Amino acid sequence: MVDNAGAIITTKDVHLSYGSHEALHGISLDFKENELTALLGPSGCGKSTFLRCLNRMNDDIPNIKITGNIRFEGKNIYSPKMDLVWLRKEVGMVFQQPAPFPFSVYKNIAYGLQLEGIRDKELIDQRVEESLKQAAIWNEVKDDLNRNAQDFSGGQQQRICIARALAVHPKVVLLDEPTSALDPISSSEVEETLANLKHEFTFIMVTHNLQQASRISDKTAFLMNGNLIEYGPTEKMFLNPQNQITSDYLNGRFG
Amino acid sequence: MHAKTANKIATATIYTLVGIVVIILIGILGNILVSGVPHLSWHFLTSEASSFQAGGGVRDQLWNSLYLLIITLVISIPVAIGAAIYLSEYAADNWLTGLIKTTIEILSSLPSIVVGLFGYLLFVVQFHFGFSILAGALALTFFNLPTLTSNIQQALEGVPQTQRDAGLALGLSNWKTIRGIVLPAALPGILTGVILSAGRIFGEAAALIYTAGQSGSIISFTNWNPFSPTSFLNVMRPAETLAVHIWRVNTEGIIPDANMVSAATGALLIIVVILFNLGARILGNHLYSKMTAAKS
Repeated sequence: MVDNAGAIITTKDVHLSYGSHEALHGISLDFKENELTALLGPSGCGKSTFLRCLNRMNDDIPNIKITGNIRFEGKNIYSPKMDLVWLRKEVGMVFQQPAPFPFSVYKNIAYGLQLEGIRDKELIDQRVEESLKQAAIWNEVKDDLNRNAQDFSGGQQQRICIARALAVHPKVVLLDEPTSALDPISSSEVEETLANLKHEFTFIMVTHNLQQASRISDKTAFLMNGNLIEYGPTEKMFLNPQNQITSDYLNGRFG
Repeated sequence: MHAKTANKIATATIYTLVGIVVIILIGILGNILVSGVPHLSWHFLTSEASSFQAGGGVRDQLWNSLYLLIITLVISIPVAIGAAIYLSEYAADNWLTGLIKTTIEILSSLPSIVVGLFGYLLFVVQFHFGFSILAGALALTFFNLPTLTSNIQQALEGVPQTQRDAGLALGLSNWKTIRGIVLPAALPGILTGVILSAGRIFGEAAALIYTAGQSGSIISFTNWNPFSPTSFLNVMRPAETLAVHIWRVNTEGIIPDANMVSAATGALLIIVVILFNLGARILGNHLYSKMTAAKS
């Protein structure tokens, strides 16, 4: 059940506050299916906070209050009836720091599947291979599936984490600055991986790297101080921004 | 002063201080082992302690020490892990949690003789346990819990937050994240905490004098009924440990070979602690690599 405009996640007037401090002042954004949307903005503008609202990763923060409406495939994700396990299976996440679990590569990928109750060894094997291939890491780890995932390089670890997120067949993957902790080579490997996958999954990516956003994203949203300043197709936004603030930011006049 | 000279002086000072620590350690260990090991013999390990004549052994004391250690760890490890999980993963960061943490720190520096007296009044007298292994193990649990809890808590807090986020983002519940990801990742640190406590428990004397008692009852190693008063498995019998034996032989012992017996017992105590240490490390590495596929 996809929204009329092909949007898989819709957000309407999202406000978020910690105690008396409001960090997001009403953000409305729709994310289209099988596109990569980049969320840009200066540090502290609320883009990561907003991203973490989309799979309810902010729930455990004390004194937090989130209002507005966020729907995934038309279902209100903040409804009391929402099944968090299901939501996070459908809306996966990859973090800034590569965070593979302290297990073997194989077990890292299989973990999510086993949690879903999949016991069929052949199916798990097949999914592990499939998702490691999708994340473009299969050739580097296929002979070392039983090695601890934390023994690999940062870029490899991050691609293992992407594979882990893909293994449960999510519809959306949230990426919170997935390459900012990596060296340039690892970073371009991860970027290439995402570029190749973006028509099979919906990616929403927070990034500080403007070139990266312009290279791989289809849509770009620019946030500042908890407000959505501008949103549109990436090419249009980078070549011809509608808003002066966006233009200043993209030209490196602040940030 | 020239930066280079200052650096040299600082380095030399640090090396000297480390040297002093190492020399003291080697001196103590060497002294105990050199004076004790020659008196260790199969006979010493397998015969009963003697009350009056020379030539007694420490068979029962050795067994009592090991048995007390096991029972204490069986009681205290689950409690400490539970408390540590609560403190590091669930407790809100408020004054109450702060108070609990401070209390634990204060308790961990409680003198063991005080713990012993407390154990005596509560378990031996109030609960009518008498001088018994159970009373001793409970006193040792009180003695050990604060340190063990804060060690485990530190091990858990050492696991990066990103691991917990990654678990939650995969749809794991809080508890599954803790059990499936945080605990395995913290295992090496938890193990170090357990080993340190085990050393303390094994060598503890003051807390046991008034709880487990200083007399060995006659026990039989072929009696497997834990409810029989002469069974080596009975937890309600009084039991003198190696450390208490050293203390007693030297204070009120009238055996002629008291010096020899206490030197040998001291060496034995240290050797068992070292063996336990190594064993726990090997077991821990094995467990860790099995759980995590890490080569360590």
